[in-house]
Parts: sequence; C-alpha cells; structure tokens
Amino acid sequence: MATTLYQKLVESHTVARLDAQNVLLYADLHIMNEYTSPQAFAGLNESGRAVAVPGQQMAVVDHIIPTHPVTFRIIQDPSSALQATNLARNCGIHDIVLFDTNDELQGIEHVIAPELGMIRPGMVVLCGDSHTTTYGALGALGFGIGTSEVEHVLATQTLVYRLAQDMRIRIDGELGQGATAKDLIMYIISRIGAQGARGYAVEFSGSAIDGLSVEARMTLCNMAVEAGARGALIAPDAKTVQYVLEHAPDITGSVRAAALAEWVTLRSDADARFDVEHVFDARAVAPYVTWGTSPDQAAPVDATIPRPADEDDATARAAAERALRYTGLEGGTPIEGIPVQRVFIGSCTNARIEDLRAVAGIVRGRTVAPGVRAMVVPGSGAVRRQAEEEGIAQVLLESGFEWRQPGCSMCLAMNDDFLQPGERCASTTNRNFEGRQGRGGITHLMSPAMAAAAALTGRITDVRRLGASHA
Amino acid sequence: MRDLNPDATRIEGIAAPLPTSNLDTDQIMPKQFLRGIDKSGLDRGLLYDMRFDGEHRPRPDFVLNRTEYRDTAILVGGSNFGCGSSREHAVWGLQQYGIRAVIASSYGEIFYSNAMNNRLLVVMLPEDVVQTIMADVSDPATSKVTIDVERMTVQSHSVETAFSLSARHRHMFLEGLDMVGATLAMQEQIRTFEQEHWAVKPWLKDLAYTTKARLVSSSTRQ
Repeated sequence: MATTLYQKLVESHTVARLDAQNVLLYADLHIMNEYTSPQAFAGLNESGRAVAVPGQQMAVVDHIIPTHPVTFRIIQDPSSALQATNLARNCGIHDIVLFDTNDELQGIEHVIAPELGMIRPGMVVLCGDSHTTTYGALGALGFGIGTSEVEHVLATQTLVYRLAQDMRIRIDGELGQGATAKDLIMYIISRIGAQGARGYAVEFSGSAIDGLSVEARMTLCNMAVEAGARGALIAPDAKTVQYVLEHAPDITGSVRAAALAEWVTLRSDADARFDVEHVFDARAVAPYVTWGTSPDQAAPVDATIPRPADEDDATARAAAERALRYTGLEGGTPIEGIPVQRVFIGSCTNARIEDLRAVAGIVRGRTVAPGVRAMVVPGSGAVRRQAEEEGIAQVLLESGFEWRQPGCSMCLAMNDDFLQPGERCASTTNRNFEGRQGRGGITHLMSPAMAAAAALTGRITDVRRLGASHA
Repeated sequence: MRDLNPDATRIEGIAAPLPTSNLDTDQIMPKQFLRGIDKSGLDRGLLYDMRFDGEHRPRPDFVLNRTEYRDTAILVGGSNFGCGSSREHAVWGLQQYGIRAVIASSYGEIFYSNAMNNRLLVVMLPEDVVQTIMADVSDPATSKVTIDVERMTVQSHSVETAFSLSARHRHMFLEGLDMVGATLAMQEQIRTFEQEHWAVKPWLKDLAYTTKARLVSSSTRQ
C-alpha cells in the first residue's frame, strides 16, 4: 500500500501497536531544557527509576539564560539559577550529555541539535518544547511533548503516541521579491489559520520548498506548530544530505553508504493518499507582518489591518477585536509605518547564520533609528563565532545593534530580556501572543530582513523599498 | 487548594465562560510562574494577566473574580484551547486552582495530552453545542454543569449531550494509570526493537555520546 513519509517514519519507530489510535513510538533522540524537565526528573527519582538509554538524550540550558554580552554568564535570578544547577545535577546523576550555561557550544536547543550533527533524516526526535517540529527540515519527525511525557521518555525511551492524520502543503514557484521562508510560513498560517493543521502531520513539498536552503526549511517547519501541526516534514534531498554529512562527520565508510541508501527511501509514495491537501503559489507571498495576538493574524506589509466588522465569522471577529484592543491598532490602518521602539532578532525560528547574514545585508553602513533599542541574539555559540568571523557582528555593532550571547531570550522573555508594558517590538520570533515578550508588550512577527528594516527606520517598513545597502 | 478527588466519575459544579479562541498556554500560565523545579504554587499564576491588572489587583469584572464564580470547577472555553507552548504548568495550574474539567470544541494537541496525563478532563463538543453551554453558564443562575464520565454525558441548564473519549483516555481518567509502569512492563520488547533498529541504522546508536566525544576530540585538537 502506498504510504506517506509520515507513516513510514511512524512505522519504522513503532515498538508495538497499543490500540487503534496509539502506538508505542521509539525516540532516537530526546532533548531537554531546564524548565520543562525538572518535574520529570523528580518523578523519575521519586519512583526510583533509571534513565533507560542515556546515550540517546541531550540537555541544554537555553530558556532562562541571560544574554548580556559578557564572556562568563551568571544567572542572577535565584529560581532560574536553581533550574540550571538542577539540570546539571540531573544530567550528572543520569550520565546525560549537557550543554551548560558557559559551554561554548551552548545555544537554543533547536539551533544546536542540527548544528552539532545530532539530527539525521528518518529519526524521531522528542523534546519538551513545541518547536521541536523544526527537525522536519531534515526529514526527521520531531514534535513537542509535555513534562509527564518527558518522564516517560526518560524511563523508557518511548512515547505513547496518538497517531496524526496526513496533510500535504504544496508550494510551487519562486517566492515573491523580498519574501523568505518566514514570510512563506506566515502566509500559510494566515491562510489556513492557527488551527488549520491541528491534528495533522504536515508534509511540505513543491518547487518552492526545493528551492529553500536547509536553514530556511528549519524556519518553515519550526512555525508549522503555530498552525497546530503535530509534526512537519520535508523529504530529504541532496541539500539535506550535504547539510547532515557536513555537520555529522562521524557518518563515514560503510555506515555512510547504508545511511545514504536509507535516506533516499524517505519520501511519500507517488500515489500516497493525504487526508487534506493545500496548494499555494509562492509568487503570491510578500513580506508578512502580524497585526494581532495570534500568528494567523498576519497580512502583507503593504496591506492595511483588516477591519473586524468585515469579518463574517463571529468568533474570528471577536478575536480580531480583542487582538486590536491589545495591540492598540485600528482596522483600516496601513501596516507599514507603525512605529516600533524595540527590535528583536533571534529565536529558534530565525537566529541561524543565514538569518544574520540577511540582517547584515540590510543594515551595513546604516544606523538604527534614534529611540529604537535593537538586539541580536544569535541562536548558538557557534553561530555567534561564525558571525564574528564573517564580520557580521562588526556590521551590527557599527549600526547600533546590541550583539548578545545566545539563548531563547526575548522570544518568550523567561530571562531578563523583555518588553515594558506598551512597548512595540518588530520580532523575528514565532509567537505574538498577549504578553509573550513581556507583560503588556506588543509583538509584530516578521522576517529578519523586515526586522532589520524596522530597526533602521523605527517603523514597520517594506524591506523591498529599502533595498539592500550599497555601502 | 481544594480537594481534586480524582477518583470521582462525576464532575459537578459551577462552570465559567471563557469565550476566547486560541487561548494559548502563555496566557494560561505566564512565563514568570515557570521558574520552579517542582509543581507548586501554580494556582497563583493561572490566567494571571486576565485575573490581575498591572498593579497586581484583581480585575473585578473578570469572570473568575466574580463572587458567583468563586468556586468554578469547569471552564467552558473557545476553540483551540491551550494552543502554543508545551508547558504542562498550564494543566497543573488549572488543577491547583480547582478546575477539574474544560469544555471546548478543540484543543491544542500537546495541551490535550498533558491534560489527559494529569486526569484533567478535556471534553470536546461541537462548536454550536459549546456556544449553547457558554450562554447557559454566562448567567450565574444557570452556571451549573454536570459531567458524567462513566456515561460520557454533559449536562448544562439547556443542554444534555454525549461526548466521546478514546477508550484509553477514558480508562486513564477513571482508573488512573501509571503510564511509565505500563510501558516498563514492555521493556523487553523495547530493547529488542532497539537492537534491531540500531543494527539497521547504526548511525543512530549512542547519538548523544558519539556527538559529545567527537566535539570534545575536535576541540582538544584545536
């Protein structure tokens, strides 16, 4: 029978079928952070159980870590510091690989795992973080789990997994001028809605996807969860294989040959049936910006904010009214020109080297607008060093950006980077929820290039009009 | 913190309307309450910015702050309830506050699993039925709702309807289930699977350890 890539990945990791809806799924890699794992370790320790397979687990301090540009980082908040030392203690007890606060390879979990060569096509990757869908970019099935499930994976290396349905989103053509993978996923979410993919594992395909770099595909798959997806997948191609072999030099010789032979089979059969299919034209994708408090409340930068009164659906109308009350905006206002006081470039969505190159390309020789505080938080220590080697850091500093240490930072503001009430931020992150970046703070999601443009003008700005710098 | 009485098969009590679609877990449990290494004190953080203003004073018109809804045991929510972040703290906070069930037309997927793993009952009903129940409970005089988990029915002032729950989830709710213990009973099967899996895909075995070893050796070379 013809099967989808998703079905193949589930099938190859099914230890046992538990009932019609659930399987016992084997996890090749389990990633942990300091804030969703403590209670899982505590549960494990209380019941006197051991970690089943420590060699398939990895942990990193990323959510609560300060990002001040100092060489040695000290977590000032006592509770957060305890979360970090607690993680180190748990990893020590159970012999789990940890990238700790001052490890030079520390970074955001979803940035370092692929970067360190730990994500390979065909894997199942679990993590107590919803953006684990990122790994679909490499043909690995990744998805977020709760803390009870973290404990289950620690103790058994498996998960009781409710099967998802299959959705395919095909995007053909070339992205419109100035549009990136970030704009593409924001466009898709605005079209299908914040629960448009709820219950589905989404496979992205089409010539627009083929044309994306591996890092851009990570941005795309990362945010699929904002449409409710339970997983995102892109079939591995030559770019994927090249990326993985570059980052995982331990795959050599006969193992490499076997891996390559396996990875070419990781695609949906030609006649595989999907429960739902969407088709979009990449040429319709412009630079997108959110105007509300849900990632699906987004529009092209050259559009106006929709008027709630024009919305036929009562629930969507109420949601739009509530969102505009929070963001302090009015329907009918042009999106371009909305003033911002803060700019945040970072997060597991957009803090990789290509993102920073795009930012440098816009800001080189230009300066951050007066009254705007603009921060760049690289996704990892490795990204930070590479950006310094390439001269990107220098460009950013000369333009007036803060160049900080890696972490999740103001994506969710669990550390000391956050918005003040009423501050408006152009942000390359993934969620514009109420209070997400700080109580009363207002988030406009956009691409790194668009955030860079906003930093230069102090307003939401169409990067296509600004153009690349010629300095 | 009130008694959760997890063995009860009936959940009966005041239900409060929370007619916000896509109510994300960041709103259910804001970041400043995620700094613990245990599960305690999360009732304080529940729906914090909806319950309290910028000066930490209760917002008198928010439903859970109204006297008539002080003993709320059930929330009637908008669609995609609990979307966003995977933080299980949202579920723990609801339970610590005294919420024993949520009724909505759909849920964030991770939230749904988290709720079931903690025996917070999540009832899924068609949107129009949820809206009718929402209208009922919006009036304190008709805010009582009864959920019979054994019979799988929901009863509000003007609605009596059945809901469905997978056999596994129903069992988990009614009997309680040590999921880890149940899976550990299959340990031998897991280890056999694992050996076969690694035999075919040796590049996945000891992934974290081999990566760490490679990184350490490359940094000592430099």
